[in-house]
Amino acid sequence: MIDLTDAIVLARLQFAFTISFHIIFPATSIGLASFLAFVHWRWLRTGEEIFLTLFDYWIKPFAVVFGMGVVSGLMMSYEFGTNWSVFSDKAGPVIGPLMGYEVMTAFFVEAGFLGVMLFGRDRVGPRLHFFASFMVAAGTLASAFWILSVNSWMQTPAGYSINDAGQFVPEDWFEIVFNPSFPYRLVHMVFAAYLTTALVIAGTGAFHLLRNNENQPVRKMFSMALWFIAVIAPLQILAGDQHGLNTYEHQPAKVAALEGHFKTRSAAPEYLFGWPNMETGEIDYAVSIPYLGSWILTHDFHAEIIGLDQFDRQDWPNVPILFWSFRIMVGLGLLFFCLGLMGLVQRFRGRLYDSRLLAVCALLLGPTGYVALLCGWITTEVGRQPYTIYGLLRTVDSASPVAAPAVATSLIAIVLVYLFIFGLGTVYVLRLLAQMPPNSPAQLSRGLLDQGGRRAVKILKLLKFGRGAR
Amino acid sequence: MDFALIWAFILAVAVFVYVALDGFDLGVGILFPLLRDEEERDTAISAIAPVWDGNETWLVLGGGGLLAAFPLAYSVIFPALYVPLIVMLLALIFRGVAFEYRVHSRKRKWFWDRAFFGGSLMAAFSQGIALGAWLQGIEVTGRAYAGGWWDWVSPFSVATGLAVVCGYALLGAAWINLKTEGPLQKRVETLIRPLAAGTVGFIVAVSAWTPLLDGRYSLRWFAWPTMLYAVPVPILVGLTVLALWRSIETGRAMRAFLCAEALFLLCYIGLGISVWPDIVPTNISIHEAAAPDKSLGFLLVGAVVMVPAILIYTAAAYWIFRGKVRHGGYHH
Repeated sequence: MIDLTDAIVLARLQFAFTISFHIIFPATSIGLASFLAFVHWRWLRTGEEIFLTLFDYWIKPFAVVFGMGVVSGLMMSYEFGTNWSVFSDKAGPVIGPLMGYEVMTAFFVEAGFLGVMLFGRDRVGPRLHFFASFMVAAGTLASAFWILSVNSWMQTPAGYSINDAGQFVPEDWFEIVFNPSFPYRLVHMVFAAYLTTALVIAGTGAFHLLRNNENQPVRKMFSMALWFIAVIAPLQILAGDQHGLNTYEHQPAKVAALEGHFKTRSAAPEYLFGWPNMETGEIDYAVSIPYLGSWILTHDFHAEIIGLDQFDRQDWPNVPILFWSFRIMVGLGLLFFCLGLMGLVQRFRGRLYDSRLLAVCALLLGPTGYVALLCGWITTEVGRQPYTIYGLLRTVDSASPVAAPAVATSLIAIVLVYLFIFGLGTVYVLRLLAQMPPNSPAQLSRGLLDQGGRRAVKILKLLKFGRGAR
Repeated sequence: MDFALIWAFILAVAVFVYVALDGFDLGVGILFPLLRDEEERDTAISAIAPVWDGNETWLVLGGGGLLAAFPLAYSVIFPALYVPLIVMLLALIFRGVAFEYRVHSRKRKWFWDRAFFGGSLMAAFSQGIALGAWLQGIEVTGRAYAGGWWDWVSPFSVATGLAVVCGYALLGAAWINLKTEGPLQKRVETLIRPLAAGTVGFIVAVSAWTPLLDGRYSLRWFAWPTMLYAVPVPILVGLTVLALWRSIETGRAMRAFLCAEALFLLCYIGLGISVWPDIVPTNISIHEAAAPDKSLGFLLVGAVVMVPAILIYTAAAYWIFRGKVRHGGYHH
């Protein structure tokens, strides 16, 4: 099925491998940068030592993850040219400027302020130091904005014309940047990055809580992360649903494949499990809920749902991959929702830090945000096949005229280097997270007394600086 | 307004800023084996740790900007330079993570020190090879690269590879000389003149070799009236070398560093004179490769606002971390 002497297959493998590795790092940087800017701000406002401890604790893994993101991203920006030169020539006039904006408004902002954020505390004032943290966080979000605009344009192209050389030429930049699927994809991805990071922070907190639930910074990070999951997980399900409806409108073949709908029919079922058989056009070993498929896609139990039979066989994406990556993503999303709910329940019972079950669940789910993230991207990217620019430019017509041995050699080199480098990087990050943050003595008081104390500090500060009450 | 020429200029500036900035931090990596102990290596790393990431971002701007402004050049040059580019990227990965990993590794710090050296060396060498392979001409049919995947190897490209390694080492030495004090600074100072002599040797060799590669290059350098632009370049190179010698004698580290950078600028200008008006020597010109004005104009709006802003806060970051690096350096 997979021909490893075919340069295009090899180039696709290489892209899938490098981008899957890469996305893990920016997703973590987006979430951690915002988290760090937030605790930095809380520290500046309240002067509470605990926020500084959290900042110092999380900035170390952030620095490692950020470094891995920079170097793996550098590879991506050159890979378009080395392996996908025909695509680059044709799509360059449209996607090139968007990526140019990403470099100018995101990469430089991040790089310029990262040095000050990491090393500058003793060299600049506290406000400028916070400003650096804030700008790094803003840079990661700007990066997400532009690169998702590019990706969305490849999924739902708009605002272009085609010139004599076969290049896509921009006609309306607003339509290009804000193409039909972009707002949905951007929200879905930023939530995913936040949720993934919150799960890592909750998992880290849980790991330490299980050994010592008296450590105040650990309690704080666990509490903050679970609040976050409780709020974002349901919003993410909502955003995913809206994104799905948008996809159904613009890329029905993708939705038909991920739902396993081979035949167009009304009152379509929702398959929970099964194995899509692309030869027979059936779902083998199917377990399904009647009518639910129609309802999810149209919010109407009896609506007709477009199946793959409406499309040429050569225009189908790979059905089993989509079917399963989508189910894993959704299943994990529902588990995250349950974790958020569990956190709320234990919080109101006053057992947030004492419930071992909650801590064990949070620990086990800690790394699974990445699985959901990757499955989501696999769903949308494999679902775009067999095109690079949906409906317009086929993947087989996009690759560079580079010989298969060259692509194969570079693929092997990249796999070896990535596994070694990023494997070790993960070890270092885990080693950092395995250390318990120092417990600051000022935070040893607990409960109401602590709350009251903080409030008193706050009131004193307000009086001192004459700031109005918020 | 000629957007294509404006963009050619912006990209030329971006690539030069990359060479000038990442050149010295790669150079520090190349000089790593000459550092005597842990403390010296930590100090050298500290002298570049806050700025290397920003320096490398100019390389992303060069790549991304080429895709945006000259997609045809991007899609011809990158497959032609497939091997050196992949090697450069993998080398940059090794050295990029080495900054962080050498701090976190318990038993293998020595390994990451070597990775930092090896990555810096290979990145510099493959950049030089890419330069030579580009300069010697790229085979094109229609809108695509038409050569093989080993076309980049030639005596000329190996020579430019070595030239860049030597030149970056000079920049690295000048930077360490500027940022450190004590025995380390004294020792590195003695390296600057030999490295400068080597760099000038390479400049002479590559300059003499280039006109032989293609008739158009020799026409540019030895025919009237284009000679008029070309002749001042070697004269200025000579003056810069003299100024560099003087500043080492008088112990002016900043001036020595700027002289080393000026050598790079002059070579860069000489290179521009040679290849003008091509972007893929000797087949595709700047105008032929340019994206439509609608693409170039849209990105130009951002560049006009952002590039000066980037230059200002980059300068501010260098200012914040000015002066000599104290023992142990910065921590986070």
